[in-house]
Amino acid sequence: MDALLPPLLNGTAQGALLLLAALGLSLTFGQMGVINMAHGEFLMAGAFVAYLTQTVISSSDISIPVAIPLAFLGAGLLGLLLEIGIIQWMYRRPLDTLLVTVGVSIILQQAALQIFPAQGVPVQAPGWLAGQLNVFGYAWPLRQVFTILLAAVCVAALAAWLKYTSFGRRIRATVQNRDLAETVGISTRSVDRITFFVGSGLAGVAGVAASLIGGTNSQMGTQYIIPAFLVVVAGGIGQIKGAVIAAWVVGVAMAFFADLTTGSMAQVLAFALVVVFLQLRPQGLFTVRTRGLA
Amino acid sequence: MTRLRPWLPLIGIGVFAVLLLVVAPSVLSMHWINNLGKYCCYAIVAVGIGLAWGRGGMLVLGQGVFFGLGAYAMAMHLTLASAGPDSIPVFMILYDPLAPIPLFWEPFRSEVFTLIAIVALPVIVASILGFALFRRKVKGAYFAILTQALAVALATLVSSTIRETGGDTGLSDFKHFFGFVLKDNANKVMLYLIAAAILIVCMLVVWQLNRSRFGELLLATRDAEDRVRFLGYDPANIKLVAFVISAVMASIGGAMFVPIVGIITPQEIGAAASILMIAGVALGGRASLFGPVLGALAIGWGQSSISSSWPSGWTYILGLVFIVVILFLPKGLSSVFSRVKGLVPRMTDVKGTAA
Repeated sequence: MDALLPPLLNGTAQGALLLLAALGLSLTFGQMGVINMAHGEFLMAGAFVAYLTQTVISSSDISIPVAIPLAFLGAGLLGLLLEIGIIQWMYRRPLDTLLVTVGVSIILQQAALQIFPAQGVPVQAPGWLAGQLNVFGYAWPLRQVFTILLAAVCVAALAAWLKYTSFGRRIRATVQNRDLAETVGISTRSVDRITFFVGSGLAGVAGVAASLIGGTNSQMGTQYIIPAFLVVVAGGIGQIKGAVIAAWVVGVAMAFFADLTTGSMAQVLAFALVVVFLQLRPQGLFTVRTRGLA
Repeated sequence: MTRLRPWLPLIGIGVFAVLLLVVAPSVLSMHWINNLGKYCCYAIVAVGIGLAWGRGGMLVLGQGVFFGLGAYAMAMHLTLASAGPDSIPVFMILYDPLAPIPLFWEPFRSEVFTLIAIVALPVIVASILGFALFRRKVKGAYFAILTQALAVALATLVSSTIRETGGDTGLSDFKHFFGFVLKDNANKVMLYLIAAAILIVCMLVVWQLNRSRFGELLLATRDAEDRVRFLGYDPANIKLVAFVISAVMASIGGAMFVPIVGIITPQEIGAAASILMIAGVALGGRASLFGPVLGALAIGWGQSSISSSWPSGWTYILGLVFIVVILFLPKGLSSVFSRVKGLVPRMTDVKGTAA
């Protein structure tokens, strides 16, 4: 138990961060069929918002809580811009949205590299996250606990939004039958836009969490985008429940693999794990009938 | 005219071969010969991507994996050959002078083994991955993301194994290429000619494949996979063959890249490099024979001529190329050409019926 506990707790926190990164993807990919490769750069934008907030509000105790909604707005607006500028013309070509957003991601990365120092910027964790939580004798950093709580709040909020609000119903109706939804008076255009805004905004929130754990630099988006996509693929598209379980499994598995071998080998093994898993369940953990995806 | 049409691509390849093999070496300076050789390596990869993606509908976002397999196989052989028999490469001695050479390096002392490995390694890896994915009908975006994940994983693995693969600094300082001194200009021209010739051969192979029953099946699988299955074919096998062939081409491109450029690093095989390989194909036109080749040559040229004077500008241009081409010209620049060309036969047809 003593040997199992640290990777389990670390892995759970890693998984929570992956889940935050994957949640918005799961929404835009699963509900709308858009493969947004710039999602990682939206995450990066959230991390930079955390840094910028800190330059204005010097006390990190306050700046981080303020940064979370600001990062949501900032990344969400970037997403809205992307949707209006490019994505809205390509809803019938899912694979091409992948390539177009690769271009967007290249440009955003380069822009970040030129605006911020190349070596990255530091984000101070608030004082109230400095301590540790004692779990069966293991000192669990509070930052990791915070990441898990943040992920839990985001999942609960998103699930409630989709399930109980009238807008959530409109999203689900649009996903299930776009033409019929339009016939009953739902503006699928605005549904698409708001969904994309929220999905991108979640990447911003993930960015704040990531800035507290790892570095904040122009390359950080690439670091999260692939594991996040693996989580979405393994979890089953558009399935919050699947994403939660898949993120946790991938996070914990990577922590255990990293304990047994090295961090880079853990990545290879995690990839192999997802491919093997797809042999058993090619459609992911959970499936739902949606608009045909590529 | 109509009898000539099926042979037009072949005539095109012939003209292209003359340009690459005869005109270019006599006109260009040594510096540009070497650069063109490098672009040819990317173009070889692009021909394979054209087959898998353009013809087969499989977007391989991680072609750097196979490029890397060929490149590192070649680089390990060249490193060992430069170090001499029974010796240990310098970078390994620096890292740990006492440890022996890693076991997987040993066979690469043999020239024959290296040449076989350049083809066999991608066949093995692509077969395993392709079999696992196509059998479970993993396709489209999922396939693209999984191949990219593999490229990321491989590049990270190479980066972190410093003593085994040279890590981030990669492998370089090659002195000989199968007995030829690499510094010698005549040998550099020879290397260029080999790369250009391989490119021509790959184009011929894909041209022939596209004409064959297999090419028809691949196209059918791309457009209506279920119908192909109902006709009694297994789409998984058809895709697997195309995927493996494209992997082998990428590997050969990587193997030629090493002696021509003189260095291979994880950056050349990771996600960003893989995306660069896709960029050329998308720009030129994924589904045509010449599109990927010309696109890859253009991207290679753009990268070395723009990025040397204005590095950030090149990155922005690359990003914009993706956005503009995919948004407005999803079939690439070659579709402009064929649209114009589409007008010509119509006029000749009218003349033909009149006569």
